[in-house]
Amino acid sequence: MFGKLSWSAIPINEPIDMIASGLMILAVLGVLAWVTVKGYWPYLWREWLTSVDHKRIGVMYVALALVMLLRGFTDAVMMRLQQAVSVGPDAGYLPPEHYNQIFSAHGTIMIFFMAMPFVIGLMNFAVPLQLGIRDVAFPTLNSVSLWLTASGILLTNMSLVVGEFARTGWLAYPPLSELKYSPGVGVDYYLWALQISGVGTLLSGINLATTILKMRAPGMSYMRMPVFCWTSLASNLLIIAAFPVLTATFAMLLLDRYLGMHFFTADGDGNPMMYVNLIWVWGHPEVYILILPCFGVFSEVVSTFSGKPLFGYRSMVAATMAICILSFIVWLHHFFTMGAGANVNGFFGVMTMIIAVPTGVKVYNWLFTMYGGRVRFHAPILWSVGFMVTFVIGGMTGVLLAVPPADFILHNSLFLIAHFHNVIIGGVVFGVLAGYMYWFPKAFGFTLDEGWGKVSFWCWFVGFYLAFMPLYYLGMLGMTRRLQHYDNPGWQPWLIVAAVGVAFILAGILALIIQLVVSIRTRERRRDRTGDPWQGRTLEWSTPSPPPAWNFAVLPQVEREDAYWHMKRRAREERIAAAEALAYAPIHMPLNSPTGFVTAFFAVVTGFALIWHIWWLVILGLVGALITTLVFAWRDESEFEIAADELARVDRAHHQAYWVGGTP
Amino acid sequence: MARPATAIALAAALGLMLLGLAGCSGGILDPQGPVAVQELTILWDSMGIMLAIVIPTILATLGVAWWFRAGNTRARYRPDWEYSGRIEMVVWAIPAMTVLLLGGIGWVSSRDLDPPKPLPADTPPVTVQVVSLDWKWLFIYPDQNIASINHLVVPAGTPVSFQLTSDGVMNSFFVPQLGSQIYTMPGMITRLNLQADRPGRYSGISAQFSGAGFPDMLFTLEALPRDAFDSWVATARAQGEALDAPAWARLTQSSRADRPRTFRSVMPGLFDALANPGHNPALPQTNPHWPGHDYPPLDGHP
Repeated sequence: MFGKLSWSAIPINEPIDMIASGLMILAVLGVLAWVTVKGYWPYLWREWLTSVDHKRIGVMYVALALVMLLRGFTDAVMMRLQQAVSVGPDAGYLPPEHYNQIFSAHGTIMIFFMAMPFVIGLMNFAVPLQLGIRDVAFPTLNSVSLWLTASGILLTNMSLVVGEFARTGWLAYPPLSELKYSPGVGVDYYLWALQISGVGTLLSGINLATTILKMRAPGMSYMRMPVFCWTSLASNLLIIAAFPVLTATFAMLLLDRYLGMHFFTADGDGNPMMYVNLIWVWGHPEVYILILPCFGVFSEVVSTFSGKPLFGYRSMVAATMAICILSFIVWLHHFFTMGAGANVNGFFGVMTMIIAVPTGVKVYNWLFTMYGGRVRFHAPILWSVGFMVTFVIGGMTGVLLAVPPADFILHNSLFLIAHFHNVIIGGVVFGVLAGYMYWFPKAFGFTLDEGWGKVSFWCWFVGFYLAFMPLYYLGMLGMTRRLQHYDNPGWQPWLIVAAVGVAFILAGILALIIQLVVSIRTRERRRDRTGDPWQGRTLEWSTPSPPPAWNFAVLPQVEREDAYWHMKRRAREERIAAAEALAYAPIHMPLNSPTGFVTAFFAVVTGFALIWHIWWLVILGLVGALITTLVFAWRDESEFEIAADELARVDRAHHQAYWVGGTP
Repeated sequence: MARPATAIALAAALGLMLLGLAGCSGGILDPQGPVAVQELTILWDSMGIMLAIVIPTILATLGVAWWFRAGNTRARYRPDWEYSGRIEMVVWAIPAMTVLLLGGIGWVSSRDLDPPKPLPADTPPVTVQVVSLDWKWLFIYPDQNIASINHLVVPAGTPVSFQLTSDGVMNSFFVPQLGSQIYTMPGMITRLNLQADRPGRYSGISAQFSGAGFPDMLFTLEALPRDAFDSWVATARAQGEALDAPAWARLTQSSRADRPRTFRSVMPGLFDALANPGHNPALPQTNPHWPGHDYPPLDGHP
């Protein structure tokens, strides 16, 4: 009846598991109870859960990412504490079966459920606003994407309470991840959670790429797009090209596990090395999927807070697209040590280094953007300068790892761990947090507290160096990754320093939470009434904060890059209130739809049933998802009209606030 | 201003740490063979080249950000300055030239230090066949017809030619002080050539996660003078059990932290059968999954 599922799936005898899952369940129940008591359900359902507004969907993506940052970071703390104490056999407080799940979950969660939703959320929020349009190309699909990502997150976290998570590392290399060596449900949780959320990511990529290619405001030619839109385009093209590879690779591993096939098994002529090739054909573009939009954020932030256009716009675009293409021909550098041969290794090593050229150009262009500027040190630019300093170190170690013989002695060591945390924390995390602090006032209509933002930056910055510089050194001492214990007491002092670094990062995360709470409590006096708190340059700052559902009452006419900067300048010179001249016409906006939420519900049911081999429930879930799709396809009404009067009222109020009440 | 101070202090601390401890630390910083020495040299050279542009870039970033701060009235504000052909050329040229240099190092060294490439030596190499099991290392000496667990004994000053495979999951064979690691994979043979210059005991690890017993998947590489190696072989031949089918069946059971021990003989064709399950038991001329190696065939050892 219930497949492999029985009461023994609940880890009653594992105190750490039970405490963790107990706290998680309590937190979830607490939130649900609070929403119920306050009577927020109708509001949540109407305004958020069924919303197809790209801004709301972006905000929900970011909220998911922030929650998963806490979950993934908890795993990090547990690992660092374990390694700080586990000298000698049987040392430490985590047995291998726990420790191995924790590092697997940490990687999976941080990449798929923290970094990806954060980046996609920022793109969802900002891209249509920057392009001067009212929504993405497929608004309901956007909601489906969000909720499928949430399904993957839910399944991954359910594994903590019911069953187990993978113990194979975050990429689940076979044959270790095959049924013979991982007979439990852990790998199945991993695979189905990522298959479901992967579909969501692919749909989101198609949606945003279509939006950027087909839906720009009048006059917004490609070479007038903000650089964030360019980097988003590159990132979404990479998603479209790379994620099907991931889905197909996981599908083959699933066939091995469920139907006894031999794609990647150790026996039966399987070829596990092919999995490693395929997973990195996805995996290397993936890191650029994450970092490119962050490069876009830094471009916007550095330019805005320097009060200058981005230096070398065309170079930046060329560099972005070069990285987009090159990222597909470097994957083999993840396994120089599998004996591919001198020429193959040499080729991929050189290609990898070539990627450093456009990346280096970007760093110099940000530098020259600040040159001749008036740099206002708000929190977002602290993250950006911190990124520039930190990222070049990560870039340097990346180039070192691209030299095959150097990789032969550093591969899989803590040097590698330090390298990719250097680029992911120093690049992606600093980038998404810069974007979060930069666009927050646009999303919610009030600015975040500057002081706590800066405290958070400094804690993260110092914490990063303390936590990861020792790992570079430990890698040179010969310490490899994923060790539950080790017997070299000389390593311990450095691991303790790393644990202290994690404490600093914890303080940085706490400062983020305090910043949010403080800012919400004092929101009345930090209202952004002009819609343009940073003296912005791109079109999102021409809307009220938060923007109305339709973003732009009349689509802006774009005449050059940094469109809003020049509109403001001309308006100031000509001393006109532009709104008076506009002619408003009624517009149509997409209706809310529960399709995404309901589809995701059935996706979770199907995924859970597949993991536990509950076949009747699989069929039920699939039928449910199909019916949901059919109901959506046969809907009668998909849009509603907003009257011209309403548009004019909101728009004129905003212009009044900006030109009269604000400080243009 | 705290940021530059922090960065400089950290960089200085890191540099001192590396220089001060490089000689006496074990790991890759204390190389004991020609491969490890060359690889560490390449690492330091590449790092030197990179630091030559990375450090000025970091300092320039901090300097420009600080000088052009909004409060500095002496800095000239140029709100429309966004392009300079000369600067563009320089910013593309700096990384391009660095990469040209490093790419050359990468390409040449990749060929020089390709793991299957035999090491130059006066004496013929010793051949060792490595099998990774859950969670222990089996070393087969085909020419001596002996084997050992978790204890790899080689003659010092003589190249060792490794052929590696796995009984199940992937591992990576790595003796940090001797250089190059290489994966062990089921149904495939990888090859590696290393040499220990001096007698000594060097720790060996698996550098690829392989499951619950992974942290205990350690071995010791012991380099002995030639005559001591020969007497070790003679002793191993004279005692211990034979690695026959029942002994192999016991070995394939999962176990951790196995005590080092030797086998006086090895059943014929064991390694070949592992490396090519279901195929011709004779060793192939080249690795079937990576054809085209231009090095001597695997069965070319004396």
